[in-house]
Amino acid sequence: MADETDGTVGNDIVEQVAHLARIQIDPDSVANYAAEMSGVLQLAAQMDEVDTSSVEPMAHPTHAVQRLREDVVTETDRRDAFQRIAPSTENGYYLVPPVIE
Amino acid sequence: MQWETVIGLEIHAQLATQSKIFSASSTQYGAAPNTQANAVDLGMPGVLPVLNREAVRMAVKFALATNAEIGKRNVFARKNYFYPDLPKGYQISQMSLPIVGSGKVSIEMDDGAVKEVGLTRAHLEEDAGKSVHEDFHDATGVDLNRAGTPLLEIVSEPDMRSAKEAVAYAKKIHSIVRYIEICDGNMQEGSFRCDANVSIRPVGESKLGTRSEIKNVNSFRFLERAINYEVERQIDILEAGGEVVQETRLYDADKDETRSMRSKEEANDYRYFPDPDLLPVEVEQELIDSIRNTLPELPDARRARFIAEHELSEYDAGVMTSDRYTADYFESVLENSAASPKLACSWISGELFSRLNKDGLELRASPIDTDRFSQLIARLHDNTISGKIAKEVLDKMWSSDDTADQVIDREGLRQISDSSEIEKMVDEVIASNPDQVAEYRSGKEKLLAFFVGQVMKASRGKANPGELNKLLQEKLKA
Repeated sequence: MADETDGTVGNDIVEQVAHLARIQIDPDSVANYAAEMSGVLQLAAQMDEVDTSSVEPMAHPTHAVQRLREDVVTETDRRDAFQRIAPSTENGYYLVPPVIE
Repeated sequence: MQWETVIGLEIHAQLATQSKIFSASSTQYGAAPNTQANAVDLGMPGVLPVLNREAVRMAVKFALATNAEIGKRNVFARKNYFYPDLPKGYQISQMSLPIVGSGKVSIEMDDGAVKEVGLTRAHLEEDAGKSVHEDFHDATGVDLNRAGTPLLEIVSEPDMRSAKEAVAYAKKIHSIVRYIEICDGNMQEGSFRCDANVSIRPVGESKLGTRSEIKNVNSFRFLERAINYEVERQIDILEAGGEVVQETRLYDADKDETRSMRSKEEANDYRYFPDPDLLPVEVEQELIDSIRNTLPELPDARRARFIAEHELSEYDAGVMTSDRYTADYFESVLENSAASPKLACSWISGELFSRLNKDGLELRASPIDTDRFSQLIARLHDNTISGKIAKEVLDKMWSSDDTADQVIDREGLRQISDSSEIEKMVDEVIASNPDQVAEYRSGKEKLLAFFVGQVMKASRGKANPGELNKLLQEKLKA
């Protein structure tokens, strides 16, 4: 994403990320976002300089592990309740604008 | 120019759990739309995923069955993309720390060659829902029953060099997941799906060519055809001086072609990151050991044993171990009939399979269970009936609940092995065909078949063929 040599983010990358995330941004603030994102990446680049070869990568800030659920079906059909708040349904399906592949 | 084909497969196997990977909704196939989609599956705000223990166990079982590394500390990540059948806007998957690391399987080709195919990794993830494009006016319908069904995505190394090798590999994985009972393997219902990464390069070149990914292949036959089509397409492009574009292509079985599915500007960029809703998963040694103890004999080992212990040919052993149910059926018939493995094998793969094929049935749904089939084979083995009569008996058993003995007794089909009774029939046939007897005696020995046929006819097919042949030859020589 970012230019790996100097950790800076250009306007084009901001626009691409916004598009991928389907976020609408004000064209006037693109340059601001670019500067802020560059700052974040530069911080990460700075941390990269520390020798972390003996540190296990952290996937989660708590030192707990995932608890598991027994494989049992306990949910009942609540389709009517869920579909009452859906914008559009038909024959049990949720309807969305046509998706053409 | 000579081209080499390079293929890697990504196989999605739906795990045969009762409930979903992160919610307690049912995974049962075929329910009315959206009746098995709860708040977690719908991606409602405020819900949290809770991992299904059985999905973890099944992934570990697969790792043990393929001698693969186990990710003792594995992490779920979010794969971000937007599509209506993915309500959260991301799929929970695994990226840099999958539950299954590298492993390998061996595949056997028709010519007997054995080849090893590397497994890159296998990871747990959730399935998406289904979009229905045809049934609604100016809208797409979304059914989220499938959303959250556990998947094991099994990724191979680009080790296959032909469509046939790719199919042999896919069949091997299919066989393994069914043997260890982690997936029902139903390709029609989408429980077992293959995506193929296909590229070509000049023979001798070590650098990989640009690949395309073929999706939507729901049978082994289509997998072979889709790859062959794609290879030809890429050769045509390169030989015309063009370049292959890296893209996803959809296989259309009706037209037997692949076509581009996503445009280039939508280039995949999934922005994976560790899912903060889920903690790292630890697979403890104790769990691994307990799963190892439940592991059944695997297809390769069973095949080798069938060759060594039952003296089956490589081909027959392959057919008898193609899935666990067939292998169990075969061994059960052996045990109950005292017949030779060769006899049991040829009747299962021949008469039984051809009748099942005709009726479009799987062995599991066979109208003849192992008890009834074993008795039929036992009667063949002890010479109560001949092979010809056994086929008749099998037909009668097919449409009833009768045992082989009941059919044999009721229809009077017991083979005549009493030589005096056969002798009487032989004498009658010789007496009533003096011309043929003379011809035979003057050297036209081919006529033996005529006499055998006549006596068989007189016995209504019940004369013991060995006894009959012996007696006929004696009498005709006299």
